[in-house]
Amino acid sequence: MRKFADKRWFAMALLAAAVAAAATPRGTAQTPARQPHAAAAATAVPRMPHFKFVNYTTEDGLPNNHVYCVLVDGDRIWAGTDNGLGLFENGKWKTYNTKDGLAHRAVLSLSLDKRTGDVWAGTMGGLSRISGGRIISYTQMNSGLSNDIVYGVSVEGENVWVATASGAGRLNLHTGEWSLYNERNTPMKEIWVYGVSAKPDKVYYAVWGSGVLEYTQKTGRWDMYADPDEETELVLFKDQGLVHDIVSSISYVDNIVWVATYFGDSRYDGRYWHNFLTKDSGLPSNFTNFVKGADANHAWFCTDKGLAYYDGTNWAVYTRSLTTHKPEMTVRDAKGKVTEIPVTTGPAHNYMNGVDFQGGDIWVATSEGLSHGILEH
Amino acid sequence: MRMAGSIKNTRSDFRVGRALAAVLGGCAALLLGLVLRPGMERPAYAGTTPVKGPSLDNFIDYASPLEVLLSPDGARLYVLCQQSEEVRVLDAGSYGVIGKIAVGRVPRGMALSAGGERLLVTNSWDDTLSVIDTRALAVTATWKVGAEPSGVVEDLAGKYVFVANRISNDVAVLDAQTGVEEKRLLTGRAASYLTLSPDGKRIYATHIYPNPDPLRTGLENRTPPESEITVIDAQRAEVVDRIPLHSIAGVFHLAFSADGRLGVVAEYHPKNLVPLAHLEHGGAFAYTLTLFGADVGKPVEVPLDELERYSAQPFGVAIAPDKSRIYVTLAGSESVLVIDVPRLMRFLRTRPRPASGSFAQDLSASGDYVIARIPVGHNPRGLALSRNGQTLYVANRLDDTMSVIDTRTLRVATTIALAGPTTVSALRRGEQTFYSAHYSFQGQIGCSSCHIDSTFDGLQWDLEPDGFGIDIVDNKMLEDIKDVAPYKWNGGNPNLPTECGPRTEKYFWRSENYGDLQLTDLVLYIRSLPARPNRWRLPGHELTPAQERGKAIFERTVDQFGKPIPLENRCSYCHSGPQGTDRKLFDVGTRKLTDITGVFKTPQLTNIALTGPFLHDGSARTLEEIWTIYNPEDKHGRTNDLIKDQLNDLIEYLRTQ
Repeated sequence: MRKFADKRWFAMALLAAAVAAAATPRGTAQTPARQPHAAAAATAVPRMPHFKFVNYTTEDGLPNNHVYCVLVDGDRIWAGTDNGLGLFENGKWKTYNTKDGLAHRAVLSLSLDKRTGDVWAGTMGGLSRISGGRIISYTQMNSGLSNDIVYGVSVEGENVWVATASGAGRLNLHTGEWSLYNERNTPMKEIWVYGVSAKPDKVYYAVWGSGVLEYTQKTGRWDMYADPDEETELVLFKDQGLVHDIVSSISYVDNIVWVATYFGDSRYDGRYWHNFLTKDSGLPSNFTNFVKGADANHAWFCTDKGLAYYDGTNWAVYTRSLTTHKPEMTVRDAKGKVTEIPVTTGPAHNYMNGVDFQGGDIWVATSEGLSHGILEH
Repeated sequence: MRMAGSIKNTRSDFRVGRALAAVLGGCAALLLGLVLRPGMERPAYAGTTPVKGPSLDNFIDYASPLEVLLSPDGARLYVLCQQSEEVRVLDAGSYGVIGKIAVGRVPRGMALSAGGERLLVTNSWDDTLSVIDTRALAVTATWKVGAEPSGVVEDLAGKYVFVANRISNDVAVLDAQTGVEEKRLLTGRAASYLTLSPDGKRIYATHIYPNPDPLRTGLENRTPPESEITVIDAQRAEVVDRIPLHSIAGVFHLAFSADGRLGVVAEYHPKNLVPLAHLEHGGAFAYTLTLFGADVGKPVEVPLDELERYSAQPFGVAIAPDKSRIYVTLAGSESVLVIDVPRLMRFLRTRPRPASGSFAQDLSASGDYVIARIPVGHNPRGLALSRNGQTLYVANRLDDTMSVIDTRTLRVATTIALAGPTTVSALRRGEQTFYSAHYSFQGQIGCSSCHIDSTFDGLQWDLEPDGFGIDIVDNKMLEDIKDVAPYKWNGGNPNLPTECGPRTEKYFWRSENYGDLQLTDLVLYIRSLPARPNRWRLPGHELTPAQERGKAIFERTVDQFGKPIPLENRCSYCHSGPQGTDRKLFDVGTRKLTDITGVFKTPQLTNIALTGPFLHDGSARTLEEIWTIYNPEDKHGRTNDLIKDQLNDLIEYLRTQ
């Protein structure tokens, strides 16, 4: 029964993604010139970041408009798309694809090794390491990788942690040893692992249908956090645990775990859980593809209905009207009051897949292009 | 079903049989000679790697100078002696010995700090770095580094020390004060030599085995070798560029002109994609330099060989301070090649540059720029130029001498004998033979052209004895092979004298035959090559949990379903004994359309993790591919019942062998 329910929800998610992608027109490149924002003078509205969005599509050189993930490396922007890995540098796009050694054309996840500058890409056909222009790819055939569909990747020290369609894994770059984690050696009930966030103390996995998996590096201990009410459609025990077991993304920063599910989101501080749902937060949708914590109290949520920013108290949502496709921004304060902020630019599409930060700017992966949110104030 | 094989009466086997019959008597005499040879000395490996054992006192300690450096003030020569495991410090004027500094096991690389206050030495067998105070002439610290450290440099600011790790294929970045490793940067396969650019901004890393082809499907293995120069930003300690070296396998020292506008790297250009049918016209190898930098624009490859005389195994390279000449040690040709740089530049300006950027096939080219070939000692390796460019010092590794060349006359002015044994033992003679191209037609190749540093080259070759276009074979590692006869993938050679003697002379050297004692000495040397330390074994030889699980799979007698595994289908049956081989022939289902037979000798497992690609024709790029791609019918052991976790465990265990 549980598996059936999981598959049903996955099918619904795919359908929602397809509808969203089809319903909204393709975003167009907009002028990058900075302009003062008309809503700046609004009173009693919490100060939330205002962006001028510049959107990139294939017309600008982006490899493909379906962007699964984005990674900022200083002045360089990496975009994992449905047809190659794009690198935006010095105002130009360069594309890496299978002819260059990329494991597969569809790049689902990215991680930067900040020490070496190497970029690791999880693809639909394996894991690729991009190092100084050279690409080395690991597959389930030529390496210890458990499955070629690599939904998530996170580099920590000499270890590369991966989330795959057949369990989790770790590649030790010094020894070359692969360690696989699945239902046989962890509390994981399902092995469809969607995301990973690794730090020197803990590694967290987002497991589709099996909640959050926590690995303590010092002890080698595994723990699992699951939805306490075990309901797939209801949240009976709010703030008493993970909001839902169908976890799509995870972000561990400043000892805080931010969790995205297809039925709301959660924050975990090691002791207490806090859940976010559309009915009592600023989330535009409970269907969240990706979450990235900026720190312990600030996080960004990529949903199927827009991008949400949470500053610990207030929410801002960046989206486009489903009817007019005009850009929209709303701010929700602590009391739940929602204020519309006039804006002239917006992200390329409402179906958001990923976000990364470049100073105050943001880069957003959407189903119809890559958006650069230039911080105005 | 795995079939125990026997040698069938094929065309090639018939030839092998005839050859065997022809040399039978000779082999018996040679083996007898091996037993009776007097004067045992320390066996060597990877260029005089000594193996210390209980009977060490019976061995002869050669110095085996591998690298040489001049102190910044030009007053001292530092000579890295690999076999005696020390740095000898000589007065650069009198050549008198100032001191001897003992370092770690099998030192391979050496570098001075910018001011010359300290000397860094990598010890390739104990994975350490010796930090030497050049005023006290003493080791002040020994840092633990990566696997098989080789080249080393320190940046000008004294912030980082960079160490090339041959086994882990990377450059380790160490804190220059504490030796703590901060990170590792991906290089080409078997990172070996490092060079700091004259402005100190970049570090250039080379590697001795070709990179795996990222685009090869695994079902084919005939792609040109690819190598690279890895360019590292010295300040950020990040890889910023990779200069591709197409069709190159084996890249050694690199040097810059003083103005930084010309970079030169010594390299091998193997012809392994065509049948090794002859040596005429560079049939087996071209030995080349790749030039790069502002002076030449796009990188360009130029040959060192002449029409009827080859420049075997270029290793060390130096450029005169005034950029008038390039000096290259030819380790296999026992000489130093001198190139006139203005003539070389004129050649590049006037000759239409091939689209490939390579002149390697043009044996007439070197006549335009090579101006001298200076004979030196056996196996010349490292070299150093005096600050005024008038004196060139060359380390003759297998002579225990240093040649001092007057660059004005282009002659050896004097030869410095490093203190040590004067007796040339049988083992050393064998090593000299191994590293010399003297015995091949026009001096093109020697054993070490393909067995670099007495190992292998990571390439697959089409050799004549089996017929052209068929039986492509992967080159095998020479490590601990004395007790694994028969030899060759098809087991056609019953012993090393056969392997190294008539067959080699006929199909490789295509030239003069070894004398009986020469062959005996050569075989003695090859038999002495030990296995290097295994880096996957824990101290004390206990196994990790994954290795333990893998061992159980290796030794299992029933499969996952409780069904007994036939004896010949168990890993441990064929891969048995100390070297992991029963030395028998089997068909493990890996025969290709181009193979005469599918019956191959069980290869030894010694340091198997280092020896990729795998299988007789190198078709498996990784250990995993042996079973994920090339064992569909469980002929190569019962493995298709294993889940991925178990296959990974099995591989972890194999790496400990």
